[in-house]
Amino acid sequence: MRNTLIVAKRELGAYFSTPVAYVFLVIFLAAIGAFTFYLGSFFSRSQADLKPFFTFHPWLYLFLIPAIGMRLWAEERKTGTIELLLTLPVSTFQVVFGKFLAAWLFTFLALVLTFPIWITVNVLGDPDNGVVVASYVGSWLMSGAFLALVACLSALTKNQIIAFIVGSAVSFLFLMAGLDIVLGAFRSWAPDWIVDVVASLSFLTNFQLISKGVIDLREIVFFVSMIGIFLFANTAIVDLKKSA
Amino acid sequence: MADEVLDVRGLTKRFGPLTAVDRVSFTVRKGEVLGFLGPNGAGKSTTMKMITGFLSPSEGTAVVRGADVAIDPIAVKSRIGYLPEGAPLYGDMTARALLNFVAEIRGMSKPDRKRRIEEVIEQVHLEEVIFRPIETLSKGFKRRVGLAQAILHDPELLILDEPTDGLDPNQKHEVRTLLQKMAPDKAIVISTHILEEVDAVCTRALIIAHGKLLADGTPEELRAGSSAPSSLSVRVAAAQAEQIRGKLRAIAGVGFVEIVGKVAGVAHLTVSPDGGEDILARVSEFVRGEDVGAEQILAIPGSLDDVFREITQGRGGH
Repeated sequence: MRNTLIVAKRELGAYFSTPVAYVFLVIFLAAIGAFTFYLGSFFSRSQADLKPFFTFHPWLYLFLIPAIGMRLWAEERKTGTIELLLTLPVSTFQVVFGKFLAAWLFTFLALVLTFPIWITVNVLGDPDNGVVVASYVGSWLMSGAFLALVACLSALTKNQIIAFIVGSAVSFLFLMAGLDIVLGAFRSWAPDWIVDVVASLSFLTNFQLISKGVIDLREIVFFVSMIGIFLFANTAIVDLKKSA
Repeated sequence: MADEVLDVRGLTKRFGPLTAVDRVSFTVRKGEVLGFLGPNGAGKSTTMKMITGFLSPSEGTAVVRGADVAIDPIAVKSRIGYLPEGAPLYGDMTARALLNFVAEIRGMSKPDRKRRIEEVIEQVHLEEVIFRPIETLSKGFKRRVGLAQAILHDPELLILDEPTDGLDPNQKHEVRTLLQKMAPDKAIVISTHILEEVDAVCTRALIIAHGKLLADGTPEELRAGSSAPSSLSVRVAAAQAEQIRGKLRAIAGVGFVEIVGKVAGVAHLTVSPDGGEDILARVSEFVRGEDVGAEQILAIPGSLDDVFREITQGRGGH
């Protein structure tokens, strides 16, 4: 764990030593604000809740999470620093987890910085803060699942643009897995149970369940296992590339 | 052997149909500076990447002080200081932040870290750039930061892939002096294609081409193994050069004689032997007997360059 934290610290520092962190935070906060107030009709709904705010999180993550995650491995491969990093006395998983942790803490910071909207809704009305907390937890867990997925894809290439585009596309599939756009491709040939499994992998469905306000163990387990599976795959990819 | 630090056993790496490294075996002992020589693409870097655990070998393994890189890579990595080819570094970090990161990962305590970082900064002369982002540094400084991170934990085994590549002559000299200073209590492996470097710092040299180990010995042994034996240089009065040339040719064992220069009344004749015979005795006898105004006879040793070319192109073949 010690090594993981050292890697995470360096990686988090790398976000802030370039404009990446600041650009991301500004765009994220501006976009989430615009979506909430204009598309989500925050005021005209006249309801004291943050539903219009959280509704747009999955859609923002679709582009912004690949933007944070694409560099995690692709950049190391491009600049060759991966050789420096992986010849230090650390295990592959420690590095994989450390990198993921840094990016996940960064999205945590981005979520924390949306606090004014929570204060606003509390000033204007009397929202159910339990639902808000549950939604925040759900949103952060979902961002972690997206991040682990993108980090894993980033390990396959040394080109950050490819990591971004493929990351967004695969994220889209996982987001929409519960809807016809993805399920349609399975219904025609696959037995029902496969269609059900695919549907249950939907990030959107799982997130919507959490943001109803009931933190159910099932959804938490879902996102945490997604993170676990992708980190495991990430480790396997990095190790496999050694013997390539 | 007690002094043995690195034991490379039949290391092989295949990339698809290409065999980049083919059953390379050697050992390195404490106090040795091993020069890893070979043309570009010979498999030097690939061998180093396998020893340091960055690539997994297709066959064979490397053992560092009893730890096998295939079984316990972390133990191996903690004993090695490694400068990868091109000295890749995190450009957004300052030199000091990078050294601190490496020291932390290598598990050094805080006071140790501080002390060692100060020491290596002094050893490789980084004082003036230590707080600047690495991406703003010159090539020479970057290389030195790379070297600093490799020696930071005072490793038993140093593996340096082209440590002086891209440095100016002064910087090269500094790096070589540093290596010589550290050599007695470490085992050092450097790769290079600069032959003067071998003479300058290496106690032993390996020549590798097409992934195969072709020669292993001290620089002197390698020279002696050259099939081109020593030629001689004879200094004579320019006026008589042609005449002497004819007479030298007649001596048994002499292959050909060449006039290499006539400057200020003096000419130099290069006398090359025909076969493997030593012609020094006969030529000097001739020169002494004849009053030809010969002033000097010098033996020209086979150069490492010749040995290198001969080994890597000739029998190194395919």
